[in-house]
Amino acid sequence: MSDDPQGTRLDRWYSRYASRAHAMRASEIRALFSVANRPEVVSLAGGMPNISGLPLAQLADTSARLVRDFGEVALQYGSGQGDETLREQITEVMALEGISAHPDDIVVTTGSQQALDLVTRIFIDPGDVVVAEAPSYVGALGVFRAHEADVVHVSMDADGLIPDELDATLTRLAAEGRTVKFLYTVPNFHNPAGVTLSLERRRKVVEICDRHDVLILEDNPYGLLGFDSEPLPAMRSMSEDGVIYLGSFSKTFAPGYRVGWAVAPHAVREKLVLASESAILCPSNASQMSISHYLEHYDWVGQIKNYREQYRERRDAMVGALEEYIPDATWNTPQGGFYVWVKLPYGLDAREMLPRAVTARVAYVAGTAFFFGDEGHDHMRLSFCYPSPERIEEGVRRLAGVVNAELETVSIFGTAGETRQRLVDFPSPDVS
Amino acid sequence: MEILILAGGLSHERDVSVRSGRRVQEALRDGGHDVVVRDVDTELIPTLQEHPGRVVWPLLHGSSGEDGSIQGLLELLGVPYVGTAAKAARAAWVKPIAKSIYSRSGIATPDYVTLPQSLFREVGAEKVLDAVVERFGLPLVVKPARGGSALGVSIVTERAELPRAMVHCFAYGDTALIERAIEGTEVAVSVVGSGDDARALIPVEISCEGAYDYDARYNPGRVEYFAPARLAPEKLSAVADAAVAVHRVLGLKDLSRIDTIVDADGTPYVLDVNVAPGMTETSLFPQAAEAAGFSLSALYGEIAAGAATSA
Repeated sequence: MSDDPQGTRLDRWYSRYASRAHAMRASEIRALFSVANRPEVVSLAGGMPNISGLPLAQLADTSARLVRDFGEVALQYGSGQGDETLREQITEVMALEGISAHPDDIVVTTGSQQALDLVTRIFIDPGDVVVAEAPSYVGALGVFRAHEADVVHVSMDADGLIPDELDATLTRLAAEGRTVKFLYTVPNFHNPAGVTLSLERRRKVVEICDRHDVLILEDNPYGLLGFDSEPLPAMRSMSEDGVIYLGSFSKTFAPGYRVGWAVAPHAVREKLVLASESAILCPSNASQMSISHYLEHYDWVGQIKNYREQYRERRDAMVGALEEYIPDATWNTPQGGFYVWVKLPYGLDAREMLPRAVTARVAYVAGTAFFFGDEGHDHMRLSFCYPSPERIEEGVRRLAGVVNAELETVSIFGTAGETRQRLVDFPSPDVS
Repeated sequence: MEILILAGGLSHERDVSVRSGRRVQEALRDGGHDVVVRDVDTELIPTLQEHPGRVVWPLLHGSSGEDGSIQGLLELLGVPYVGTAAKAARAAWVKPIAKSIYSRSGIATPDYVTLPQSLFREVGAEKVLDAVVERFGLPLVVKPARGGSALGVSIVTERAELPRAMVHCFAYGDTALIERAIEGTEVAVSVVGSGDDARALIPVEISCEGAYDYDARYNPGRVEYFAPARLAPEKLSAVADAAVAVHRVLGLKDLSRIDTIVDADGTPYVLDVNVAPGMTETSLFPQAAEAAGFSLSALYGEIAAGAATSA
């Protein structure tokens, strides 16, 4: 035997990582998603907008003209707070949801995901509590974990977050001496639950949070994507000093530009700008100018209408297929957005079932991804935004075969309702 | 030399395959070769026919890449390729078949039983699992009869954990292999060459915090690798000899990786055979090659050249 055996961990810096980095594990679930990108697989997993209907040739001309005529600005550093013209235009977009804001109130970010990170960065110390819906957006949970927050979930029903439960939770946490820094909520066409917070509840949630002195972080990427009704007023329109509002062009225009924004009370906004400058210096001028040009010269409201019609058709295809092929499951029928939140029958575990689904050439996101703790095993999120209606039907048909096969296996071994401990599902663009 | 690497595919190990493909491409390019990586799709056959002299290196992990399918296609088309021939790959891919072949040559492997899901339905799961525990005791390893990268594998220490381990396993395939868990030093032996020319590279010990699962394999940190394994010289020789013997008796060609556990007595138990071993940044084959003093570009170039001349 060697006197002095030298091993290697293949990572020279392993002992230098922050302790939170050691909790980041390579989940086999992430590996399975690499198959989901193959054309043979019907992916009901990704939240990718269907941008095929955008006027791509005209947008290409715009990009060329932007560099040719305004390149010295577009390709240069810009303002940390964001382009002033775009901020003015954003106020017009937000007016559709009842928000009256001054351009100075807005911080443009690299997608609203960066805004989420900035808000968390300036408010959260390790161990602080974030209250969030159960389930909650996987990308937000990833940010909260990265900043070592503790997330306490509050239940939802068909009308969104349940105000009485929120009140009780905030009361309990206060009694326990725990600091709640903010309520994180996706009020419109929730990701993943698909539900929308009713107008009456919006007022109640604002009142409850105001009474408990808890800030609201209102994340609203889908608000303009309702199928049959006008947008409900944003909570920001009900409380200017109690709500930070996050908006995005990723779902209503195109995610490739990576442009989102935050609207915050004055003092918070100042800190967000400083935090953003330290993180990225400034958002991309080229992206902001492209979006600004799009808002000025294209029928962006008409484009949103096109999106809504496409997504309604796809929603109908998915709900119809679920009724036909997996009638024993239960689900909501979303009135907008991208997602159907499905509860599997007989306590089946969606995460355990995923390899079987990939073998059957269909993919989804298991419900466990949308909880901070070890919950959500019997749920899955199905996205209807990207595949065609025909592919959606085929995907659900395949999924039905997977459910039946899994049911056969768990009935043989009597494990229905039992779950295996999971690794944390870190978000990736595929599932966000 | 012109080389076409096949990577990706539709198996559960696609992600690993893509990473392996990129790493081998980089090493071969460093050696001056003209290397292209592509996935398997409907354009594969026309692509192969357009470049008749090109050597193909299948780096498809999991089904179709390791079960002899792609090799069979390449043989049909008369395309020279790296690695084990279709017939031998088919036998090596199915763990119980491979075990039955090499154990007949006196090579140790843990006691095992192969059970399809349908049998549990017919006979009753609890009775079968009781019989397994009575025969082999605990702990047990439950794994799919086909597959790699530790996907679908569970180490079961309590009888009550067995049903969930079976469900987990059957999500990856319809046949399970349950084997007695062996305590000892986990050692992977990479083998290069074929027949009488086959030789083992330096055996690599895997010392893992927790289970050697998917995360441990591909996210550096939890595993400490020792090359050579921290074994007495005679034990080191024994495990290398066992790996070469498995490579030969299964008729493997060019390269393989044989996974073993060496128990306290120094007996190497062969657990698994890989005809398309992983070639990623954390994979054991390239580690073993570098520990043996090979430059990867030279070794991979030699392997590809061998395939070109033996076609």
